[in-house]
Amino acid sequence: MNSTPVAAESDAQTVFRVRGLTKVYHMGEVDVHALRGVDLDLLAGELMVLLGPSGSGKSTLLNILGGLDTASDGSVHYRDQDLTHADERRLTEYRRYHVGFVFQFYNLMPSLTARENVAAVTEIARDPMTPEDALALVNLQDRMDHFPAQLSGGEQQRVAIARAVAKNPAVLLCDEPTGALDSETGVLVLEALERANRELGTTTALITHNAGIADMADRVVHIMDGRIGSEQRNVTRKQASELSW
Amino acid sequence: MRALNWKLWRDLLEMRGMVLAIALVQVGGVATFVMSLSTYDTLLIARDDYYREQRFADVFALLKRAPDTLVGRLLAVPGVERVQTRVVAAARIKVPGFADPVIGTLVSIPENRPPELNSLHLRRGRLVEAGRDDEVLINDSFAGEHGLQPGDYLTATINGRRKQLTIVGVAMSPEYMYAIAPGAVFPDFKRYGIVWMGRAALAAAYNMEGAFNDVSFTLAEGANAENVIQHIDQIIARNGGQGAYARKDQISHRFLSEELKGLETMAAVFPVIFLGVAAFLLNVVITRLVNTQRNQIAILKAFGYSNLSVGRHYAALVLVIVMLGLAGGVAAGAWMGKGLSTLYMEFYKFPFTVYHLHTDVVLLATLVSLVAGMTGTVLAVRRAVQLPPAEAMRPEMPTVYHETLIERLGLQRLFSQPTRMIARHMERRPLKSLLSVGGIAAACGIIMVANFQKDAVSYMIDVQYAMSQSQDLTVSFSEPTSQHALYSLAGLEGVLHAEGMRAVPARLRFEHRSYRGSIQGMEPDGTLRRILDADLDRVELPEQGVVLTDFLAELLDIEPGEQLTVEVLEGNRPVLEVPVVGLTSEYLGVSAYMRRASVNRLLKEGDAINAAYLDIDERHSERIYRELDGMPRVAGTVVRETAIRSFHKTMEETILFFSFVTALLGAAIAFGVVYNSARIALSERDRELASLRVLGFTRGEVAYILLGELAVATLLALPLGYLFGRELCRYLSNAFRSDLYRVPLVLEADTVAFAASVVLASAIVSGALLWRKLNRLDLIGVLKTRE
Repeated sequence: MNSTPVAAESDAQTVFRVRGLTKVYHMGEVDVHALRGVDLDLLAGELMVLLGPSGSGKSTLLNILGGLDTASDGSVHYRDQDLTHADERRLTEYRRYHVGFVFQFYNLMPSLTARENVAAVTEIARDPMTPEDALALVNLQDRMDHFPAQLSGGEQQRVAIARAVAKNPAVLLCDEPTGALDSETGVLVLEALERANRELGTTTALITHNAGIADMADRVVHIMDGRIGSEQRNVTRKQASELSW
Repeated sequence: MRALNWKLWRDLLEMRGMVLAIALVQVGGVATFVMSLSTYDTLLIARDDYYREQRFADVFALLKRAPDTLVGRLLAVPGVERVQTRVVAAARIKVPGFADPVIGTLVSIPENRPPELNSLHLRRGRLVEAGRDDEVLINDSFAGEHGLQPGDYLTATINGRRKQLTIVGVAMSPEYMYAIAPGAVFPDFKRYGIVWMGRAALAAAYNMEGAFNDVSFTLAEGANAENVIQHIDQIIARNGGQGAYARKDQISHRFLSEELKGLETMAAVFPVIFLGVAAFLLNVVITRLVNTQRNQIAILKAFGYSNLSVGRHYAALVLVIVMLGLAGGVAAGAWMGKGLSTLYMEFYKFPFTVYHLHTDVVLLATLVSLVAGMTGTVLAVRRAVQLPPAEAMRPEMPTVYHETLIERLGLQRLFSQPTRMIARHMERRPLKSLLSVGGIAAACGIIMVANFQKDAVSYMIDVQYAMSQSQDLTVSFSEPTSQHALYSLAGLEGVLHAEGMRAVPARLRFEHRSYRGSIQGMEPDGTLRRILDADLDRVELPEQGVVLTDFLAELLDIEPGEQLTVEVLEGNRPVLEVPVVGLTSEYLGVSAYMRRASVNRLLKEGDAINAAYLDIDERHSERIYRELDGMPRVAGTVVRETAIRSFHKTMEETILFFSFVTALLGAAIAFGVVYNSARIALSERDRELASLRVLGFTRGEVAYILLGELAVATLLALPLGYLFGRELCRYLSNAFRSDLYRVPLVLEADTVAFAASVVLASAIVSGALLWRKLNRLDLIGVLKTRE
């Protein structure tokens, strides 16, 4: 906490405070340094895009922020909670009540309908919206009783977004949400994310290797070889509908 | 967690084939368990109720003749509660319209009132009236075989005098639930009957007025039967007592007890195998499920489901499968138990039958199934619990394969690439491959047990009748008779050959162990009755000494060369020391054999016999029966053929039921193991196989890779299954050893072939089901999505 790197405007608004974050994977006989001392702050209501090529460590960073993985060194604070030293029970609770995830491959339960996929999350949340409202937010009110296999990729991803926002999470962590989609469908998905961020004020971190997406962010952080490279702030956020790649 | 419940049910529906296959195996285990134990309970309760209601005695004794005044002394024996004396005798019976010789046991009952002990359960008619010396009751099975009713007539040769008897009632008694003629090895309800007659009439016929030759006792609670028996033996010794014995040695009770023991063994052995296999299958399937659902597990955890609730979810899945098997098993077990109980009830002539399925049997079955199911899946569920979400998010690492023995030996050229893939896949997880092979082998073994019983019984009959006892008729005399009687038998037209025999009841003792049996005095050069050793070679009876059935030697823990104490229970009751000179191997009953002349010498009697073996010309059989019927000293005649036939009949029903059930269960296991292994293999490798198809492999080539493994496992399992089956049969044949019978370990080739065929058929059906799935392999879809 002695340095103030990537700008934090006020502590009250800081949702994540990351300092010196290091992650080393032991893959058989080789050590993979996924993160090499990352310092980063994420502010309330902010839509941040983490931009980097594959293998740059951005997914690792997101996993640690989401309490899915633990750091090898350094610290991660979510508001006043120290995630670095949280045990499994605390991390579960953290994920349950504060975080919404969106993944590249949607990761829906194939055996549950769209509505049930959302319900699986709302059932254990504290103050969720109804699955129906959440699906309406992503314009899927007409496809609620379809199974994932009956939905297109874009629709599946929108279900995943509905699932992520349905619990009214404080933060939304998105890992290449458009990675598996064509540009047109991707825009629809991004619109859904944008809407959640704007209307619900959900702090959002979105990682991608697709620079075209960067324009919709409040802030763009570049990540390379496990380190934060540069950072830029967009004076005006572009609408998701204006994007293309 | 309603959404998770939906997932649970839909997952189950998705893998319904495997779920059903596992549940089926589970059903097999639970069903045998429930069937055996509920039948056991049912029989035990029915038996005890029956015994209590009819006041079945605790101790029995036969003697020559004792005055009624002896009762006072017997009642005074410490521990004795009640005493009932009777007159019991053997008689020849003639049923109108039935030519074969029939043997009867005449048992006295009080006139006008039920006996105090060993009372009768009246099925039809009434008890005998005082003053009527021609009224009798007959046992239910005998009446049933001949269609005899109250009001019908019988003729009996009682103490040499022919007498017409009127049937006034049909009854059952706990004493004769397994009604088997003295000295016979199989029950023959048609040719052996129990005839209850008024005490006064029977006593008059045998000059037993004011006397008795049979006595039964009930004991006070806590009385020591052994002490009481010793006491009684001392008292009745002077009256020709043949040694009192406790209920546990009563013949009908003995057979029933052996049957109950068999049920217990069955309840212990079979469920263990079935539930073991089910546990293994659950392990395979749930492990695979957790692997394929890594992503879903990660998502659940990412969204805040705790490790516990994820674990609970998969445990619930296991639970549902286990419960499915349990419910099916309890239902099937109750159904089979009911059927089996009814079979037993009919066979053992229980008067009333109420099927009991106790809650604790169901609870125990539940507990055992749960423990087996959870043991099988605890590792897989734990994996789901411990799977770190970030790791689970990534696709599974490519499986590590190694060079197999084939490559290490440099033999790869001999095998095609697909064959080597099969070998590598099997070698990669040797334990799993081994367990699959083991499971199929278990199925094979269980099916072998089904027919093993049939083989063993046929063999027993072959040895007993074709080789050891080749006489057509066995004629027993009411008293020891001079050798001359043999000549008059041999002289009958149609009798080809006759051999005499002298049997004497005796207590055989070595150190502190003893056995109530008899000494059989045989002709050393006899051709009709041969004594065989384990290799079916004839055992020569030496001039001196006694040859024992190997099992009897085991019971007494005596070896050839040691001195056997023989307490003769007849005549002036000499106690003799006789050396054991050899052992014979027999499957039915146990005996002690000596030369007839040696027995005569030890008993200090002349050339006496009390039974004769006859070889006859079939064409003259009816006349011979008539002639024998006219001989006053002849107590009864046993026809060999009929004994075999009737035995076969009684055994067949029971064995058929068992064979059917075990074959069915074995097939369930075989199918369960093969189908599941193959199904899992397909799900593990569908991407690989689809890739091969994309690369230009034909369906057949791809199927070969998948089904080849199945074929190898099945073929490996067959010899293993044979060994397992043989050991299982050996275990069962050891478990069923008793002095009544020993089941030999005989496995005919067609029994083994049948087991192998059922296993192969199950494998082929599984293969066919899988072939269909292979044809539906989605080539593009599988390649597009990550696992």
